[in-house]
Amino acid sequence: MNSFPIIRIVTKILIPYILLFAMYVQFHGDFGPGGGFQAGVIFAAALILYGLVYGLPSLQKVAPPRIIEKLIALGLLLYAGTGIACMMMGGNFLDYDVLTHNFLTDVPAAIDFLPPGEHPRHFLPQGQHLGIFLVELGVGITVTAVMTMIFYAFAGREQVA
Amino acid sequence: MLNMNLIVIPILLLLAATAVTVARIRNLWAAVMFTGIYSFLGASWMLILDAPDVAFTEAAVGAGISTILMLATLSLTPKKRHRDGHLQSDDFEEKPLKHSPFWPLLVVTITGCALVYGTYDMPAFGDPNAPIQVYPDPSFVAKSQPDMHGLPNVVTAVLASYRGYDTLGETAVIFTAGIAVLLILRKNTPEDDRRANEQEAVS
Repeated sequence: MNSFPIIRIVTKILIPYILLFAMYVQFHGDFGPGGGFQAGVIFAAALILYGLVYGLPSLQKVAPPRIIEKLIALGLLLYAGTGIACMMMGGNFLDYDVLTHNFLTDVPAAIDFLPPGEHPRHFLPQGQHLGIFLVELGVGITVTAVMTMIFYAFAGREQVA
Repeated sequence: MLNMNLIVIPILLLLAATAVTVARIRNLWAAVMFTGIYSFLGASWMLILDAPDVAFTEAAVGAGISTILMLATLSLTPKKRHRDGHLQSDDFEEKPLKHSPFWPLLVVTITGCALVYGTYDMPAFGDPNAPIQVYPDPSFVAKSQPDMHGLPNVVTAVLASYRGYDTLGETAVIFTAGIAVLLILRKNTPEDDRRANEQEAVS
């Protein structure tokens, strides 16, 4: 599609917003509609759009197949790893409540910013928030990687004679 | 309600018209584009039913990725040629039917009637006493607020936390399916082939 300037420019304008929307669906999925799968396919759709308009080599520069194929496994590992982490911290598999974690409880600099009389505590997000965030991220990574790799598999072939 | 019908009825009519068009049209490129249109209409319909996450999926997968994959398949398929090697036509035409369409039409009609008959057993749309509203437990929605420390999206809470095992399984299914498709479709580069041969020779 190198010879269609309108398509190229419109694509260039749209892609950042599609990626941003994918990020929103991913990271805001526990507050609004969406989640890992939806975010993953929207993100992959943006990558595929880029590949369609600017050609496969350009997309391979942005998302090298060697890395993307490893992300397929990484996402699933992140999901299962969250479960294992819960077990390590004394809960059941995927029991996110044990992920609740305090930090910086005794740093003087942090105390300075607190309203007077308030006990200094800093939280990582509550266990459930953190757990859902991590597993949804895992789903999103796997889905993006699978969709992109399937596109590569189709687009990299030559016509049957 | 009347205002809603002004949107609902055209979308449903367009869905039906698109479905019939996909079945009838002989040009395969056009048929693929019509399936994309069908998916977009489906996404709009899901949005009306208050299921925006399903609408996202339908728009991105149904209209976007699967349309592109089907177009890619078409572009990989060889075009029909005459014996002397000239292209018969520039377009992809579906093969003409060799049998009468009567029996397939009969099967589809009977199946459709059976499905419509089945809907008579279903509760009315939005019925508060429908099983989906009273089972597993209506307090689930209320319970998820304290359980999730105030995460408002119950769907995400159910999918990622209460039913975390299921979603892990689903992710494993996506993983497995992706690997399987890649194993079948991926073509090695000549470089890969050479390296594999060398390794075989060494061992």
